[in-house]
Amino acid sequence: MIALQGIQKYFGANHVLKDIDLTVAPGEKLVVIGPSGSGKSTLIRSMNLLEMPSKGKIVVDGVDLTAPKAEVEKVRESVAMVFQQFNLYPHKTVLENLTLAPVLIKKVPKEAAEESGLAFLDRVGLKNKAHAYPAQLSGGQQQRVAIARALNMKPRVMLFDEPTSALDPEMIQEVLDVMVDLAKEGITMVVVTHEMGFARQVADRVIFMDAGRIIEQGTPEHFFVNPEHERTQLFLSKILRSH
Amino acid sequence: MNGAFADYKWAALVSDWTVFGEGFAHTVLVSGLALLLALLLGGFFGVLSSGSSKLAKGLARVYIESIQNTPLVIQVFFLYHALPHLGIMLPTFAVGVLGVGVYHGAYVSEVVRAGIQAVPRGQLEAAYSQGFSFWRAMRHIILPQAKRMAFPPLTNQAVSLIKNTSVLAMVAGGELMYQADSWSSSNLYYGPAYVATGILYIALCLPLATYARRLEEQTGVKG
Repeated sequence: MIALQGIQKYFGANHVLKDIDLTVAPGEKLVVIGPSGSGKSTLIRSMNLLEMPSKGKIVVDGVDLTAPKAEVEKVRESVAMVFQQFNLYPHKTVLENLTLAPVLIKKVPKEAAEESGLAFLDRVGLKNKAHAYPAQLSGGQQQRVAIARALNMKPRVMLFDEPTSALDPEMIQEVLDVMVDLAKEGITMVVVTHEMGFARQVADRVIFMDAGRIIEQGTPEHFFVNPEHERTQLFLSKILRSH
Repeated sequence: MNGAFADYKWAALVSDWTVFGEGFAHTVLVSGLALLLALLLGGFFGVLSSGSSKLAKGLARVYIESIQNTPLVIQVFFLYHALPHLGIMLPTFAVGVLGVGVYHGAYVSEVVRAGIQAVPRGQLEAAYSQGFSFWRAMRHIILPQAKRMAFPPLTNQAVSLIKNTSVLAMVAGGELMYQADSWSSSNLYYGPAYVATGILYIALCLPLATYARRLEEQTGVKG
């Protein structure tokens, strides 16, 4: 589904991704963890080419996104992303947020986009907010709308870049619940998060990153019971203690 | 009353009011079309200078800097006096719309660029992540938000633009300033002519300026 091959990424002199080779299988739920500055956000952002790698190849659904003249926009239609800061369109209502891209980009008829949009809003428990504006919602509600917006593109991959990190603690669970529910489906999910409970519950595979490298990967059981690397152990002991 | 503002001079102005009326209508028309041109150019170059292409940014810079750093009079004279030597004869009306429109387009570009910069970067990323191209993201996501920021300074630009159409008096532009000038230079009734002209400009500009100030106050409260 997604293959990263020999990825290097520099921001100026800063080497943020080093020799990344990673394949995400269709339907896989992949969770990426690691300390801040480890490159995990850059990693997930390169999967839809929001970050252009300095070197290496990114192949999504058989399309090499890094090739010149690649149809990046076409691929992005089926690879949706949920951001830490929600990034809802503030000048549009909740429902318009959900229908804008399907109608303009995917040429879905407006009525159909609204119908499926309302169904997704219902699923995240916010159908009654369809005609509200994002600023009228709480952070947790905004993030649930952002997930519904992503779903209304009918994507095959969902990328979550620290979706609960900007939320007040009492709102984290409502967003995680939606994500856990979503994970029951066949959709491919890549999630960057600090929520270890979520990782344990839904991940098929967990990746630990540090200083731009993938240090260790494995099943949640392997990770939380029996991590091999010292750095992984240290990170987990710190983050689990704080929870 | 005698001297520059003698009563008979005012009487002459009133009886010749159509001269001023024509000029006023001409000023409104030139201003409207020049404003439209300025908005189109400003929107285009403002977006260009917000993109990631160095070439596009460079192009926008050349336009903006060369226009902002030369007087409007030179630009208008260029259109009026120099272009005919290149075989291009523009009617004075077109010189007016083009000269003033291109001039203010450069300022509008900067207003648009600032407005775009005020929109959080995440908005463009969200649009990209949904398959929007740069131009479509600008049109549907970024510019509608930038507009709120840009509207008060744009209204101020409209005020300057209206006043700057008076430069066209130097190339027989037929607008308000030219009409006032040619009327008064034939009868030497400069006093009433210029006072009346000033009042007509105020009638056009003051409501716009007041509107701009009110918008600024509103966005200030909201921000």
